[in-house]
Amino acid sequence: MEKVRKKVQKPKRETESNNHNDVSCLFFQKGIMGSFLLISIFGLLLRVSVSLHSYSGAGSPPKFGDFEAQRHWMEITTNLPIKDWYSNTTNNDLSYWGLDYPPLTAYQSYFHGRILKYFDPNSVSLFTSRGHETHFGKLLMRWTVLSSDLLIFFPAVLYFVFVYHGGNRSSGDKSDVAWHIAVILINPCLILIDHGHFQYNCISLGLTLGPSVSVLKTSDLSSLIPYAHIPKSLNAVSILIVRMMSAYYAPAFFGHLFGSCLRRKNPPLEVLKLGLAVIGTFAIVWWPYLHSRDAFFGVLSRLAPFERGIYEDYVANFWCSTSILIKWKRLFTTHSLRFVSLVATTLTFLPSMIQQILAPSSKGFLYGLLNSSFAFYLFSFQVHEKSILLPLLPATLLAMELPGVHSMLLMLCALLSMFPLLCRDKLVVPYMALYACSILLYLAPSGRRHIKKHLPRPMITFSIVMIHFVCSLIFHIIYLAICPPKKFPYLFEAMIMNFCFSHLLGFTVYTNAKQWMLSRQFTSGDKEKKRD
Amino acid sequence: MEDQRKPEKDKTSTTSNLLWFFGISTCVKLLLIPSYHSTDFEVHRNWLAITRSLPLDQWYIDKTSPWTLDYPPFFAYFECILSFFAHFVDPKMVDLEKGLNYKAESVVLFQRLSVIVCDLVLLYGVYRLSKNFSMGFKERVLMWVLVVWSPGLVIVDHMHFQYNGFLLGLLMMSISYLMEGRDLMGGFIFAVLLCFKHLFAVAAPVYFVYLLRHYCWKGFVKGFGRISVLGAVVVAVFTAAYGPFVYHGQMQQVISRMFPFGRGLCHAYWAPNFWVFYIILDKGLAFILRKLGVDIPVPTASFTGGLVGDSSPFAILPQVNPLTTFIMVLLALFPCLIKIWKNPQPQSAARWIAYAYMCGFLFGWHVHEKASLHFVIPLAIVAGNSLEDARHYFLLSIVSCYSLFPLLYEAQEYPIKVLLLLLHSFLMWHSFSALFTKDATARAVVSAKKTDRQVGLKGSSSDFVEKGGFHVGWIGRCYLFGLLVVEIWGQFLHPYLLGDKLPFVPLLLISIYCALEIMYSWIWQLRQIMVST
Repeated sequence: MEKVRKKVQKPKRETESNNHNDVSCLFFQKGIMGSFLLISIFGLLLRVSVSLHSYSGAGSPPKFGDFEAQRHWMEITTNLPIKDWYSNTTNNDLSYWGLDYPPLTAYQSYFHGRILKYFDPNSVSLFTSRGHETHFGKLLMRWTVLSSDLLIFFPAVLYFVFVYHGGNRSSGDKSDVAWHIAVILINPCLILIDHGHFQYNCISLGLTLGPSVSVLKTSDLSSLIPYAHIPKSLNAVSILIVRMMSAYYAPAFFGHLFGSCLRRKNPPLEVLKLGLAVIGTFAIVWWPYLHSRDAFFGVLSRLAPFERGIYEDYVANFWCSTSILIKWKRLFTTHSLRFVSLVATTLTFLPSMIQQILAPSSKGFLYGLLNSSFAFYLFSFQVHEKSILLPLLPATLLAMELPGVHSMLLMLCALLSMFPLLCRDKLVVPYMALYACSILLYLAPSGRRHIKKHLPRPMITFSIVMIHFVCSLIFHIIYLAICPPKKFPYLFEAMIMNFCFSHLLGFTVYTNAKQWMLSRQFTSGDKEKKRD
Repeated sequence: MEDQRKPEKDKTSTTSNLLWFFGISTCVKLLLIPSYHSTDFEVHRNWLAITRSLPLDQWYIDKTSPWTLDYPPFFAYFECILSFFAHFVDPKMVDLEKGLNYKAESVVLFQRLSVIVCDLVLLYGVYRLSKNFSMGFKERVLMWVLVVWSPGLVIVDHMHFQYNGFLLGLLMMSISYLMEGRDLMGGFIFAVLLCFKHLFAVAAPVYFVYLLRHYCWKGFVKGFGRISVLGAVVVAVFTAAYGPFVYHGQMQQVISRMFPFGRGLCHAYWAPNFWVFYIILDKGLAFILRKLGVDIPVPTASFTGGLVGDSSPFAILPQVNPLTTFIMVLLALFPCLIKIWKNPQPQSAARWIAYAYMCGFLFGWHVHEKASLHFVIPLAIVAGNSLEDARHYFLLSIVSCYSLFPLLYEAQEYPIKVLLLLLHSFLMWHSFSALFTKDATARAVVSAKKTDRQVGLKGSSSDFVEKGGFHVGWIGRCYLFGLLVVEIWGQFLHPYLLGDKLPFVPLLLISIYCALEIMYSWIWQLRQIMVST
């Protein structure tokens, strides 16, 4: 089917070459590398321009914001011995932005801290540097994010695109490939959070993407190379350690790897190997904290701050959105809520995990990533607004699979759900610019074609999109222009979050359904092949 | 063919595609709002204050701020209209005394947004050009890339702060009217443009000769009628601009403000033009002669400081004054004017006008590096005409953009300007390659000189695709590599090796190196104009 369509398209395009209405026909004729270079330069330009703007907690003592947190971690890691990083000592006041991310993040802070120490020692000196805000300091910090983005996220995306589209001489339409690259690289949420708000999500996402691609690559060849999985799974596990957040993807990895192990000659042995690899990687990264029980549990308790409640700020997830009707925090104790949320999350990601165990496939794996991260975002305990980045990554990876309208709405919803946060950071202007930019991205010729291709009922879809746009426009205007009534100071946040939650829930159901349909298609396709 | 069959659909798709390009560039411009801005920002804010709080007869007399009003009256009217809105946004911004050096967020946002909105004029100019152009779809897209996504405009307008996009939009509109054959309208818009910024007057001789020959030279009676209509239009425009000031008896004052010849031959940072070589030659000769034992007094005046009495800034070579530069510009223009008189073709209008600005840039008095935009932007219209044009445009626009780098000297903007230039170069590279491979056979007619290459092309076009039809040649490649060396030296090696010694060397190197390419490009354009039929 797919091949036939392409064959029909090709001669048509050649005859039209002079009048082809695709503006991108000029730029993307040089293969994946050329397109990637062009788009990554544009992506970098957007990132640098966003980094000109304000950051989280700029000029707001005494606690400041995420910028100060990152800087403080650099201060701690460069000045204190490694065993004191997570413990409360006279030199390390954990109540002031204590480290609460896993060790790999701490190592990254240490590395960047060394760089800062070389160029601007004052910005990371112990105690005296608290609340350090200079023009040069900001610039250096911004450049550390920029360089890690360039060195980790961009190559991972390139790797993914090469594997997904099958090398530089791919058969697909070049401008479609370029569009796919653009959707992944110019992810407005990621740009705003990393280069505006200030975080290093590009590192964890890039490190997730790398092993995911390895898994993708091997799963096609899994029948040929029996042991290829083990080193890949090492990679896979390493990302779990970067951020507790990356646990969002764990079910998908587990399901897919477990599922493919079961299809080997000797399942128990394979599973054992996998388990050993996971434990080994954990041991290496956690080595400094494994010498005593106390140290290990000390770090663990830092990573899982259960005492903070089921949600903190306004997030577009189940607990926060339904709290208008059901006051979760008053009805249940934190302990029971923890249990309830665990059960809810597990129930949500279970279907996609089971599908992967039953029928592991590369596309199914990507859907699994999307579904399990959605499950965590919507139902787990203590979710941040920024966690939406985790489902967004697989969603952009699947941009060629998902209908254009869906992936556009998902992107815009994710952006809207971060709007209150970015407003607090005084990032409204870059927010608006990138909002417009992402709409334009979907209106680019290949994006437009993509949207049209998957349109079953144009009128209904169009009206849904229009309703969405009108609603988000109203929300934006209300949030910016009107003061909320004193009785409900968070009324507008709650409205926005409910709006986004309803969309995201719909997406979750839809993508889960898609994933299960995939296995049906797969099996029916197999049967047809056999018949041939 | 295709164009004629579905003109309606093509038109809408053209508009929406152009809007898409403009939308993307607007996003980038919005993101650049908090970036560095030069004193021009305060200049324009001061003009807002002058036009808001003073009566018309005080505009060109006021001296509250050192940044006095030195643009022609239309620009002052334009600022007056802007100041009406500015007053609503923040009244302090338009206060003559309290507003001095006022840089609140509201001011930055308002002024930046005003530039972004004024770029709509550029959009309209480009739209007019692409609407009635006999160019194919790809050439049209190419022009949008070169004009709407011009890195030079982003650097000068949206970071350094000026309104060039708006003014160049008027120029593009005027050119589009000339190319359509609506000469009167083209002349009218050019007259309006002159009353916005008088620096655009360099192309006036071209307009004068072209309009006289192409519009008025139609027999005695008809010609006389047309000449009077044209004259009346121009006089009407100038009356609308300068009338009020003539009424107040301030023409002398207005003109002295607009032409400050008290400034020197070169701007603080030497624009990459002919005078760079002149100065270097003078310095070199003086140095050699001094070594040989000839007693040569060290000149006391500086090139940038202005004419101070009789003392010349040159040690050996003759003194240069504004009149010399004026005559040199006219001389450089002369061959082109003859060509226009002989054969006034509407299709070549863009090239001639660009050539005129090139002459002005190379030989003019106190030229700013920003003036290179005046010829790079109109040249974009003809850049897709032939392979040779594309090749020259490729180098010229890279060099012109690079010569703007010293405008943004802070570390924060360094990655931005580099990325802008890189993006522009890669976009040009990709689109020129796409343009001159696929339908290269179709343009065999256009570049008849390239017959040997074209013959080979028709035989095996796939081979040609592999090699890439568009290339800059080994000289071009070496030149671009040299540009990289100049940049690395100026940014990293010079401060590292020499420290604070000879701080002017990096800028000087950029000026000389860029001047080489611009001089070469100018000669090539001159040749192109002379050989074209």
